[in-house]
Amino acid sequence: MEPARGAGDRGMMGDVLLQLEQVTMQFGGLKAVADLDLSIGEGELVGLIGPNGAGKTTVFNVITGVYTPTSGRILLGGRPIGGLRPHQIARRGITRTFQNIRLFSSRCCRDNVAIAGHQHAKAGVIDALLRTGKFERDERAIQQQADELLEVFGLTPWAEVIASELPYGQQRRLEIARALAGRPRLLLLDEPAAGLNPQESDQLMHLIEDIRERFRVTILLIEHDMRVVMGICRRIAVLDYGVKISEGTPDQIRTDPKVIEAYLGEEVPADLGAGA
Amino acid sequence: MRQALWLTGLVAVLIVLDLIVPRLLNPYLLQVLMLCGINIILAVSLNLINGFTGQFSIGHAGFMALGAYGSAMFSLHVGRGWVAALERLGAPGPLAEAPALLAALLLGGLLAAVAGWLVGLPSLRLRGDYLAIVTLGFGEIIRVLILNIDAVGAARGLPGIPNWADFFWVGLWIAAVVLASRNLAHSTHGRALFAIRDDEVAAEALGVNTTAYKVLAFVIGSFFAGVAGGLFAHFLSYLNPNSFTFIKSIEVIAMVVLGGMGSISGSVLAAILLTLLPELLRPVKEYRMVIYSLMLIVLMITRPQGLLGTREISLAWLKRRRSGPAAGAA
Repeated sequence: MEPARGAGDRGMMGDVLLQLEQVTMQFGGLKAVADLDLSIGEGELVGLIGPNGAGKTTVFNVITGVYTPTSGRILLGGRPIGGLRPHQIARRGITRTFQNIRLFSSRCCRDNVAIAGHQHAKAGVIDALLRTGKFERDERAIQQQADELLEVFGLTPWAEVIASELPYGQQRRLEIARALAGRPRLLLLDEPAAGLNPQESDQLMHLIEDIRERFRVTILLIEHDMRVVMGICRRIAVLDYGVKISEGTPDQIRTDPKVIEAYLGEEVPADLGAGA
Repeated sequence: MRQALWLTGLVAVLIVLDLIVPRLLNPYLLQVLMLCGINIILAVSLNLINGFTGQFSIGHAGFMALGAYGSAMFSLHVGRGWVAALERLGAPGPLAEAPALLAALLLGGLLAAVAGWLVGLPSLRLRGDYLAIVTLGFGEIIRVLILNIDAVGAARGLPGIPNWADFFWVGLWIAAVVLASRNLAHSTHGRALFAIRDDEVAAEALGVNTTAYKVLAFVIGSFFAGVAGGLFAHFLSYLNPNSFTFIKSIEVIAMVVLGGMGSISGSVLAAILLTLLPELLRPVKEYRMVIYSLMLIVLMITRPQGLLGTREISLAWLKRRRSGPAAGAA
């Protein structure tokens, strides 16, 4: 019964893991996301880019259940997840990081990661209160997983440090480690390179590629740092005013006049855009 | 298993102390000691709700009142019969009282826990000040209901409750609530509670069913508040609705905040301090509460995070302390 979402039901690369069909999210008169179609294959690393206010984070919030989409369907592994509560969606295998870091600031790093192991615990509250053998086994497994993840992310020296006292770059890494502790099938990263210096974002790029292989996790990434997105994503979708205006390989995106227009605000001759 | 051994040892120690302590102390000191114990149970249990989970409940006196009156009614109408029956069978006093008292306390606790579940439900939608007002309302409703139900003595109070609760029982329940809190804090469920306190959105995104856990904190916290009420009833032998005004709730909150939100040992320490302080200040008569309040203000200004912050005094912590300040600082 180990991971319900273990290697067994993980299809070949290319099977659709997440499918958004005509998803619309409307706030009053504002359509933050309009008729969005997006499909992400098992094992893919997809980038989601767009100017500020394009609705990228709203897409994440809709996928993770923070918002219920106004219309449209969201399927994870073929099963609809629209309307589920966020914790239910997390248990189905989608975890995320946040644009503005949301760590459990009063807890140490190990606890931050261990909290996400929560959903795999089998021991109930009574087990915890009475310290049964089941509880001890669970707890050992959770702590071991947390330590392993801290190791992978190079956070072992900080294991006992309170999360809010970590350097900024480490906080970003800790948030990714925490999201992985939920053993997701799909990992949503919301601007993981925001606020990092060039060296740190280089490290981050390698780290993201590394964790995709090591944890065999599918990744959807929002990022402003074009170097990062173009560097690691093989497929990119571009949002502008809630509408998907382009989708393709980094090279296609780079030369797409619609994308250049969205970013620069006006029509730019194609040859000029290609050089940018 | 280790904890089972610990508990057996603790019960033995408590039985011995139970035989010695009442002989050493005069009735006044014994009463202060017992109230200290009951306040420890109240503070540690409220710490589960306010400290661990970060919900703001000011209805703890209400849960306590439910436990107090519930257990008292049980003892008056059922428990006394059990004790008489057991004594006819030749059981010595304390042993004959034990099952009846235990049943009364558990019943009081369960009654409060059910109420805690009911009050916990709106906490799914409300947070912060709004939840505080709901719990305040709940506490007052309980008190006013008791004030108007003749069967429980209404405003006259409820006299004649058998005084079965002694040092041993209070000690046992302190151990129970501290152990339960500690075990919870060091479990994945406790981490879920802390996660809710620190960032509810992130907790939810990581698979924590925040609604279920908020209610859980209310249920466990109010259970122990109910037990504390039951001990209170069976120690004083007399209950009056005025003991359960919202001032009592505030008193318990002061203990939790002063001890450090989320710190179990902090709650224990603050409960002792805030029970003893008004007693120690008795000689200054009318200035007593003024000085008491002033001291609270000064304490909170100098240590806004509470006496212990979020730290715990534990054997491991003491060991680290002794091995050098460098290790303690980390």
